[in-house]
Amino acid sequence: MKMTSVLRLSLAASALAMSAGLAQAQEPVKACLITKTDINPFFVKMKEGATAKAEELGVELMTFAGKIDGDHETQQQAMESCIAAGVKGILITASDTKAIVESVKQAQDAGVLVIALDTPLDPIDAADATFATDNFEAGRLIGAWAAGKLGDAAADARIAFLDLSQSAPSVDVLRDQGFMEGFGIDVKDRARIGDEDDARIVGHEVTSGNEEGGRQAMEALMQIDPNINVVYTINEPAAAGAYEALRSFGKEEDVMIVSIDGGCPGVQNVSEGVIGATSQQYPLKMASMGIEAIAAYAADGTKPEASEGLDFTDTGVNLVTDDAVDGVPSISVADGTDQCWG
Amino acid sequence: MSDTPDPVVERNSSETVASFQHNDRGLLHKVQHFLHRYPTMVPVIVLVLSLIAFGLIAPNFFSAFNLSLIMQQVAVVGTLAAAQSLVVLTAGIDLSVGAVMVMISVIMGRLSIDFGVPVPIAILLGLGCGMLTGWLNGFLVTRLKLPPFITTLGTWNIFLALNYYLSGRETIRSQTLDSEAPLLKLFGERFNLGGAVLTWGVVLMLLVFGVLWYALNKTAWGRRVYAVGDDPEAAALAGIQTNRVLMSVYMVAGFICALAAWSSIGRVGSVSPTSFFESNLESITAVVIGGISLFGGRGSIMGPLIGALIVGVFNSGLRLAGVDVLWQLFATGWLIIVAVAVDQWIRKISS
Repeated sequence: MKMTSVLRLSLAASALAMSAGLAQAQEPVKACLITKTDINPFFVKMKEGATAKAEELGVELMTFAGKIDGDHETQQQAMESCIAAGVKGILITASDTKAIVESVKQAQDAGVLVIALDTPLDPIDAADATFATDNFEAGRLIGAWAAGKLGDAAADARIAFLDLSQSAPSVDVLRDQGFMEGFGIDVKDRARIGDEDDARIVGHEVTSGNEEGGRQAMEALMQIDPNINVVYTINEPAAAGAYEALRSFGKEEDVMIVSIDGGCPGVQNVSEGVIGATSQQYPLKMASMGIEAIAAYAADGTKPEASEGLDFTDTGVNLVTDDAVDGVPSISVADGTDQCWG
Repeated sequence: MSDTPDPVVERNSSETVASFQHNDRGLLHKVQHFLHRYPTMVPVIVLVLSLIAFGLIAPNFFSAFNLSLIMQQVAVVGTLAAAQSLVVLTAGIDLSVGAVMVMISVIMGRLSIDFGVPVPIAILLGLGCGMLTGWLNGFLVTRLKLPPFITTLGTWNIFLALNYYLSGRETIRSQTLDSEAPLLKLFGERFNLGGAVLTWGVVLMLLVFGVLWYALNKTAWGRRVYAVGDDPEAAALAGIQTNRVLMSVYMVAGFICALAAWSSIGRVGSVSPTSFFESNLESITAVVIGGISLFGGRGSIMGPLIGALIVGVFNSGLRLAGVDVLWQLFATGWLIIVAVAVDQWIRKISS
């Protein structure tokens, strides 16, 4: 047993050395990528990033995905398959952040490095590391930008919140509450959506993160208050749906929509004025960093470090808009287009 | 039936001629009898009561604007429910309607935008593909004798996969459609009717139900559909080509799903392969609440239209009353249970 692990390590080291142009030994390091779905361009991009980096480092990568967002069962089976295949590391975007912890522990007991991508596990330290967007910061940026754009009118804003789902996963809460903080709303409990009493909030609706849900949610909130002039959206498809609803009410000119994602269609919507500003995240980077970390772990057992002052590794976020606001750092739509995904 | 055929009549057998029993002539029985004669009355009564209730408790609910918005919101699922009703009338169930709809919307969108097919041709091809999906379902049900539930559970997965494949998992943006294929968004176009704002999608839904009502009630085809749903063996003995009838039902259902697909592009604005994920179950919900019996052969086609409106009214009313979304699910669940319970109670009269 000992002999083989020594062998494994030396092989991993040689796999790493491959990038330096050396010949590769027989058995490469194995790694797994498990995403929520194969449908969302975000995860498709993640898979691309992981595949490219794995090829570069000579890591053998297996990829799995749930059928739909929230499909925990398939992810659990994938975890078990990965452990059985003897991988060195697993990258996972968990559908059920609490339930997956059990499988994660099994993997760690088998000596596998488990890194959460994009979605922190619950508790966050259940994974060996987390490579993710600072979702609170992503929300804070668009909130601060919206307040800055409105200027004095921010005091009388009528704000609609288009969230993700009933179960309010961490990403949903962080973005929503981050927006509020950026806009200058007292968030009360940072772990809860909907406990705020700011009179400017018209209401929260859920969208499932797609166009149809965005439209339904926007219509419902416009019914409650036709004077809504700021719309926070969980992601760009929901924003596109909201815009359709506003158009049908003839209100698209009077309402500012802000969003999060930085996918190519979303960035294009920023350039066309459908979305005022969006916070861009970098799935490709998350995945390639993840593969690098697994290769390093295989080589000498080092585990990745969290970012300064955070309990995860921040893969960066940029506000994309051509209409910059003082005091809120942003990049241009052209730069956002260069780095967009999907 | 006794298993020993005895040609001799029993000595002590009953001498009275068979007759209907006419005891239990209470009000409840009268109600039961009335509802049995007019099956659509149950959902209509529920709709009227819920309209009144929400009009009283929810602000802004009872405006022409809001009521017409509810119509817009149910137009797509309502159209799907029409397709679902046909299959349910034949004692089947179609789990693939939603996946077919989304897939066809992707086909129409991709052909128009990425393959440069003239939009009317793309729409016709989409409608053709819709009929093709119905043909596949019908073929599996009639030739391979698979139960409809299993057949469409399978094709649901198949069409969903094809939808993701054909769309490349990409959404076609609203703005692209506006500039290159506005005809695809035809059913999202609005017009005013007094204080109400309606879309052509609503008109399409009403038209589909109108045509189906005529076909089911005034044509030989309609009578065959009911006969096959009620008792396929008896229908076959009566000389009805049951397989051919079933085949036509699935193909018409597929065609209506394709119409719903065209309508859904107008509603969502973009062609989105991830939208309407649960629309197959929503269509079944509308059919059940509309009082069409899942045992086949009973119920009026107008029921599901009312059923879809009831769900829309509940969702809108609870929202405007400021009730948490989870109670919308709760209410829909009880509506389904009560609808089926009432249906069973009414059926007692015929048993």
